[in-house]
Amino acid sequence: MNKKSKFNVWDFLFQNKVVLMFLVLCIGATIASKQPLTFVIPELFTRIARNSFIVLSLIIPVIAGMGLNFGIVIGAMAAQVAIFFTTYWGLTGIGGFAATVALSTPIAVFFGFLVGKLFNYMKGNEMIGGLVLGYFAEGLYQLLFLFIFGGVIKLNNSDLMIATGVGVKNTIDLKDTVKYALDTVPMLTIVEVGFYLTLIGLGCSAAFKVVKKQAVDWKAVAVKAVAAAVVYGLTFIKPVERFLSADRLLLLSAVELGCLLTVLWQAFLFARWKMLSKRADEDSILEPLNTQKMIAYVALAAVVYGLTYIPALYKVLIAVKLPVMTYLCIGALCGFNNILMRTRLGQNMRTVGQSRTVANAAGINVDKTRVIAMIFSTVLASWGQLIFLQNVGTLSTYGAHTQVGQFAIAALLVGGASVQNATNKQALLGIVLFHTLFIVSPLAGKELFGDPAIGEYFRVFVSYGVIAMSLAMHAWKKASKPKLESDGEGSAEAA
Amino acid sequence: MRNPLKPLVEKFGLPRVIIVSFFLFLIAAAGMFQMNLMQLLSDCLRRWGMYGILALAMVPAVQCGIGLNFGISMGIVGGLLGGLIVIQFRVAEMPSLVAVHPLFAMWVAVLLAIVIGVLLATGIGYLYGLLLNRVKGSEMTVTTYVGFSIIAFMNMMWMLLPFTDGELIWPNAGKGLRNTISLAASFSNVMNKTLAFTIGGVTVPTGLLLFFFLMCFLVWLFMRSKTGMAMSAAGANPMFATAAGINVNKMRIIGTVLSTVLAAVGILVYAQGFGFIQLYNGPMMMGFTSVAAVLIGGASPRKARIAHVLIGTFLFQGIMALGLPVANQFIPESNLSEVARLIISNGIIIYALSQVKGGSGRE
Repeated sequence: MNKKSKFNVWDFLFQNKVVLMFLVLCIGATIASKQPLTFVIPELFTRIARNSFIVLSLIIPVIAGMGLNFGIVIGAMAAQVAIFFTTYWGLTGIGGFAATVALSTPIAVFFGFLVGKLFNYMKGNEMIGGLVLGYFAEGLYQLLFLFIFGGVIKLNNSDLMIATGVGVKNTIDLKDTVKYALDTVPMLTIVEVGFYLTLIGLGCSAAFKVVKKQAVDWKAVAVKAVAAAVVYGLTFIKPVERFLSADRLLLLSAVELGCLLTVLWQAFLFARWKMLSKRADEDSILEPLNTQKMIAYVALAAVVYGLTYIPALYKVLIAVKLPVMTYLCIGALCGFNNILMRTRLGQNMRTVGQSRTVANAAGINVDKTRVIAMIFSTVLASWGQLIFLQNVGTLSTYGAHTQVGQFAIAALLVGGASVQNATNKQALLGIVLFHTLFIVSPLAGKELFGDPAIGEYFRVFVSYGVIAMSLAMHAWKKASKPKLESDGEGSAEAA
Repeated sequence: MRNPLKPLVEKFGLPRVIIVSFFLFLIAAAGMFQMNLMQLLSDCLRRWGMYGILALAMVPAVQCGIGLNFGISMGIVGGLLGGLIVIQFRVAEMPSLVAVHPLFAMWVAVLLAIVIGVLLATGIGYLYGLLLNRVKGSEMTVTTYVGFSIIAFMNMMWMLLPFTDGELIWPNAGKGLRNTISLAASFSNVMNKTLAFTIGGVTVPTGLLLFFFLMCFLVWLFMRSKTGMAMSAAGANPMFATAAGINVNKMRIIGTVLSTVLAAVGILVYAQGFGFIQLYNGPMMMGFTSVAAVLIGGASPRKARIAHVLIGTFLFQGIMALGLPVANQFIPESNLSEVARLIISNGIIIYALSQVKGGSGRE
């Protein structure tokens, strides 16, 4: 492992074996399903929007050493309790969605706190504990929805309650309430709100610095404010306004925008470097500009842009419409996961994850850190479930949460994550691969065996199998570590 | 003055005290609602025998050190295959066997199914044991998911295996095996009916209980044997056992195989009492039910006795048997008892897991 003098193809293949295996499987199944890409890709992007957030919510506990958090089911339940109440109160639209988020957050914080406390009693058994806890919570959830709602708490709403008045109906239609509430936020609104938020943020940070009697770089603040104003001002240009007033973004436009922004960003970097180098003082050391990298980026952008002119790709690209706000939320969570790891809390979590003994010796409150990690994960999972539900548009009261943990964890693992290591990239890659398989496997099963059920069973098997394999590999590594054996054994298992 | 209940609570654990109280409450409630207590008791006895052997499968697993075996589905699929093969060849309807006595033919069928199941389970259990020896310290997590995976894998197999009997496959040229397969023509209730008698309104399924007790006795005997003692030692303290010259890994494999085999026997006994074989996701949560039963009886992830199985299964299944009719008195046609089952069975497992301090910690 430590002799990495040159790039070894076999090492690369071995380290990415799970991802590569699923890549092959996905391509094979897609071909076998005989479905055009214009069907698979749009479906895939819908599923990415729905499921990414909840998968990303798994990352924090992994880093804190608590393994794969099967307890996210409980976060999903918190979301469903909240969405039930807001539907009962008749809140609609983006406001209703915001109210649901606001209601689900304290519930999820409370649940996350309890789960974290419980996990501190079962260190090392968190995963099995979380799984069983999910089933236990399922019992309480059913108790709440079947008997307490209507039985103890009187609720009068014939649309939601069973005819007898005790218990909630099997499915709740969200079509008239929060369906697509988040997906359909127009880009114009996003830019507008973003502009005001930036201004407020700048003002607050400046005020904070003034109060703390720190030096304020007024010039930088002014430049940022002007930049924000310019961006906001752009939206008043008619064509731009028309383009932004839509709520979905064509994938083609997204790719084009991405290419354009890459080029502009590189140009900006170059211009700034030029300006700085012109008036460079002796004491400030300028980082040398990595021209090679910049040219590579620009070339890449050009190539990607060129690819959009291939008719087959073009057809796919104009078939996909991205819900902008949802994707922004997913991006924001990726950013949050990254930023958290740079904070003191994030570093503490990492230390606790690597060794509780060391963390304890370093003066970190291990139990408290673990509880905080669980709270984060549960809250994020509840938000993720809300994003999922607003996109699906119906709440299956007793079924929507049951598979959440398993599928999210399987997706994360398919992307190459393990019990002790998970990143945003792995999560996103995993979602793409896992859900491609999910879309095409019933169709492939129908084509290959004449029965879609085989494909459905296959994808369930894959989701269980990948978790079992990952857990076994992790346990194997852990068990053979004390003996200081070579990892030759590990490779046998992988095969 | 100390609370006289306190030592009791400490000894049995709070959840068990709650469960026993709940059981007593259910009996009282059933009496209050003027229900047929005798019939309910018969139901308890029937369920006791049906689920007992599945719970018994936990004993060798816990004693040999792999902990609570959530993966008894590995053995269950072996048992199911045995049952299916016997139905496929219509053993219970062979004229030469039926000529002796119809019940005899059914016994031959069920025993043959058990033998096939045991043979398959031995093979599966051995491989399973090899895997578990590689993952020491995390057996419970791994067994759960390996158990789920085998069920999911067999779901595909049930679609593809070349069974042809009309009892087994979907009618009207459907593909694959049925979800539930009636045993009416093969060995339905064979054990329950054998030597069954009714006394004061209570039906005692003698054959079933005798078979259950026989299995318990065999396991008890094994535990007292030299191998059984060595196995328990290996489970209780692997370091010490190694020092005493016991091959710990071998003992763990023996325990795993035994547990898997008992699961195969258990599912067939369950199926004959139920009257149907359930395929696909039917046996998925069997592991959880069995684990919960021994835990209620007083077992821990490190120690389980036959007595725990007997007491735990009776209490757990008693609550299930009494719970449904009593719950229906409170709220008609509700699945309150199903909710209670989820809460009780998973609650007791969580309690047991939270009691294992540093048992299989990461450091």
